[in-house]
Amino acid sequence: MAERQYTKTHEWITVDGKTATVGITDFAQAQLGDVVFLDLPKPGRKVTRGEAFGVVESVKAASDLFAPVSGTVASVNDKLSTNPELVNSDPYGDGWIMKVEISGEAPTDLMDEGAYKKAAEESAH
Amino acid sequence: MPYLVHSPQDREEMLAAIGVESMDQLLVDIPASLRVDELKLPDGLSEFDTMAQVQSLAAKNLVFADRLTFRGGGVYRRFIPTAVAAVTGKPEFYTAYTPYQPEASQGTLQAIFEFQTLIAELTGLDVANASLYDGATAVAEASMMARVQTGRDEILVAGYLHPEYLEVLRTFGEGRGMKVRKGDEPNAKTAAVVFQQPDFLGLLVDARALTERAHAAGALAIACVDPISLAILAPPGEYGADIAVGEGQQLGLAPSYGGPHVGFIACRKDLVRRLPGRLIGSSHDAQGRRGFVLTLTAREQHIRREKATSNICTNHSLCALAASVYLTYMGASGLRQVAETSFKRARSLADRLGKVPGWEPAFPERQFLNEFPMIVPKPRPLLRKLAKKGILGGLEVSRWFRELKGVVTFTCTEVNDPAAIDELVQAVTS
Amino acid sequence: MTELLSFELSRPGAYEPRLPEAGVSAPTPAELLPKETLRAEPPDLPKLSEPEIMRHYSRLASLNYSISEQFYPLGSCTMKYNPVANEAAAALPGFAGLHPYQDEATTQGALELMWRLERALCAVVGVDRVTLQPAAGAHGEWTALRMIQAYHRSKGDKRTEVLVPDSAHGTNPASAALSGFSVVEVRSGPDGRISLADLESKLSPRVAALMLTNPNTLGLFEREILDVAEMVHATGAMLYYDGANLNAFMGVCRPGDMGFDAVHMNLHKTFTTPHGGGGPGAGPVGVKADLVPFLPHPTVEKADGEFKLDYRRPQSIGRVRSFYGNFGMLVRAYTYVLAMGGDGLTQASLDAVLSANYLRKQVEGVLDLPHEGPCMHEFVASAHNLAPQGIKALDVAKGLLDRDFYAPTIYFPLVVPEALMVEPTETESKATLDAFAGAIKEVVEQGKSDPASLHAAPHTTPVGRLDEVGTARKITSYLSGQSEEPILRWKRVRK
Repeated sequence: MAERQYTKTHEWITVDGKTATVGITDFAQAQLGDVVFLDLPKPGRKVTRGEAFGVVESVKAASDLFAPVSGTVASVNDKLSTNPELVNSDPYGDGWIMKVEISGEAPTDLMDEGAYKKAAEESAH
Repeated sequence: MPYLVHSPQDREEMLAAIGVESMDQLLVDIPASLRVDELKLPDGLSEFDTMAQVQSLAAKNLVFADRLTFRGGGVYRRFIPTAVAAVTGKPEFYTAYTPYQPEASQGTLQAIFEFQTLIAELTGLDVANASLYDGATAVAEASMMARVQTGRDEILVAGYLHPEYLEVLRTFGEGRGMKVRKGDEPNAKTAAVVFQQPDFLGLLVDARALTERAHAAGALAIACVDPISLAILAPPGEYGADIAVGEGQQLGLAPSYGGPHVGFIACRKDLVRRLPGRLIGSSHDAQGRRGFVLTLTAREQHIRREKATSNICTNHSLCALAASVYLTYMGASGLRQVAETSFKRARSLADRLGKVPGWEPAFPERQFLNEFPMIVPKPRPLLRKLAKKGILGGLEVSRWFRELKGVVTFTCTEVNDPAAIDELVQAVTS
Repeated sequence: MTELLSFELSRPGAYEPRLPEAGVSAPTPAELLPKETLRAEPPDLPKLSEPEIMRHYSRLASLNYSISEQFYPLGSCTMKYNPVANEAAAALPGFAGLHPYQDEATTQGALELMWRLERALCAVVGVDRVTLQPAAGAHGEWTALRMIQAYHRSKGDKRTEVLVPDSAHGTNPASAALSGFSVVEVRSGPDGRISLADLESKLSPRVAALMLTNPNTLGLFEREILDVAEMVHATGAMLYYDGANLNAFMGVCRPGDMGFDAVHMNLHKTFTTPHGGGGPGAGPVGVKADLVPFLPHPTVEKADGEFKLDYRRPQSIGRVRSFYGNFGMLVRAYTYVLAMGGDGLTQASLDAVLSANYLRKQVEGVLDLPHEGPCMHEFVASAHNLAPQGIKALDVAKGLLDRDFYAPTIYFPLVVPEALMVEPTETESKATLDAFAGAIKEVVEQGKSDPASLHAAPHTTPVGRLDEVGTARKITSYLSGQSEEPILRWKRVRK
């Protein structure tokens, strides 16, 4: 299992062969507060790297979710429709959001954990 | 000066506490070139003189007696129970702020929660919001919901929608590239079919067929409905409409030269996240006491900012409260009596007017509730003649619909007693 | 105290109101209309007698805070006294009883009032014409942007962007997006004022307008406003004024003179029409000559001593709502303007600025004040300095509710962490301001000595902090079909 990588927009991604698993980071869930709803695409929909594929909503905020890779949605985490709080309690595990069949090459311009932590700290000024 | 509280001594003490000598030091950031010497307005007046001036303006208007008003067109005279003004006149309601701090706003929040329930019940749909500005903007907001939901650009307006509502829809649509077309046949580009029940002329439309046709084309059905009519007509929920909107002025609000009135919107549950405006939900505190809160606020402009479906920031809360009091006072039985009495009297009036030489129903094969179109030989002189007798006669609709030359719509409600109807008929035939 | 819902108090067989008999011989709807057009089941509305109804609403009223009873230091809301004379004016039958489709000959008084109000507002803000049609602030804002859009289009100029400061109210970008513009943020400098350098970098031939409020949402006058106006106009863009903070300088300076092309106003803020628990209000928009052709129709014109509604405006953006505006609110605002006059409105703004600076001084050392004074009619404090004690702006707000004060605006503007935006207005006495400052000090003390109780505040209101997260999640559950409880309405549980 490849190492977790991060985007500027606070998503994480792990890649296993041609399948990517995507979620939001611990920093993001802390910023959002208690998640109450996720608006996610149906399997089969195409997503494009850098473009919004869904929305995560808390009581005080609604944030777009940006796709770290391009491809086709293979599945979304069904548990989140009844238990959106999993995004808060286990953002890297049970709170995963979607799995994508990557089209083309896997992206190489993502951040590693160290670089992401630094970027996140700066953005929180 | 009225409504100001500081005495000269107060002002001196406050300046001293701040540590400045004059107001100019507090206004130091304003460039000298921008300072004005005075407002070019007359000086203030005593309450006596203020009210005298305002009353003299009011006296320049002619108000027709309720019972002698037969003009509708979206604004109607109704019996308004005294309870309505007694409640909306309470300062705790009318001077309250938006309920952002729910612990301090349970009165407003609960009253509007009741409003949401009342509208949902009346329209037969799942969820209603906390109200909008008026029927016109409600139609526009519903159309934008349909656009976002379906991803399609066109709004099809079927039949006689209130012309001002149509105009507002177009103005809203221009901003967002939403096209508005008048017609009967939705297609693959149609996001929603909008129809009014009863329509602007007062006539009943086949709401079920319009809804089915919309759905067959993959479009939503938006029903713009008269709230009093819902006491007797099948509500949008029963015939499968997706969104119901309308004007709530008849539910306890004075005509007031067109505003403030109140728009309502209700929808099926899968459209709830697209609803614009405020939504109130029930909640609990740590002691288990029930309370009400603004909820799903993440939809709204102050959070979604440029991604909100709408920019509406507010509701017509006090008007929605009036509507709540009205509906609670009247109940289903009172509402039905109002609708039936209006129906019967309108029918009686229509029959009698139909017998006036030269007059005929404009659409004799169509049904109506309490507003109906007549073809009248010379509308203008007729309406002038009626006005001279203190009667506000029907509404000439050719100003909006050129194909309806000579058509005047008459309205009859529970405030037009039989003697008033006699007066109207006599005045017409004299 | 809590109060049941009207639906829960309802019971079958309760008194039903009597209405006059029809008194004419005619068929009933059931006799005449096809069955499928009729309602199958009556609506499930409450059944209550009048004494129960009045008791119910009186009890609900007692659960509310309101400006008639409590001080509302809400920044950018201008919660000033709502004169009772305004209510009497709006209720006059000569106004309340007017049908909007009456002949203009019979509504000359109403049209004259609108005409006079328009002229008065022109004088206050320094513009050429004002539309009174918009029903609310956000509505007026959108109307202004549509006029600006129409202006650019009339010149064949395709401008797709609107610039909005990072400190702006959320309606600003929403209204811009609603008009089909894309929104570009302009940063504020370290002193909270708009950064000219960032503005320069964002101005381009694509920009239709810059939206600004002055003073800004931090209560600070944009000192460089004349330079801003010049920069914006040099690129052919327009300058829009968000009137939320107009109470700061009536009679002192005018947005029109600063270079604003469209000036929005809130009658329910500066001009004292009551908030009604959220509305109705009114959001008139003033415009300079260039935008006059695009005003919504009808406008009110005076010719040969008569007032008319003018629809012959070929470049008008059309209607933004039905009829002519929230006329009842226009009556209230006009009555206020008459009573105050030019001298009164000026003194109102001066007192508003004085009170804000006085209150700001009183909280010095208690809350953090991130920007140097003087402020105008409002100031922003921060609870950031209380973080070591674990106190947040939300806690301060809730603690104030326990001391019979409404809380200031919190968490806005977004550029200040743990923000508390305070606007006292000119209708609060010095004694009230002192009491409020004392209450803040008490709340901070409570946070230091008994933080748990502050985090659980308020304790003395009819309900405590409500589980908003739980409510939102239950709604998700209902909407996804997992639960039957609607949460957004009462529903009878059928057995």
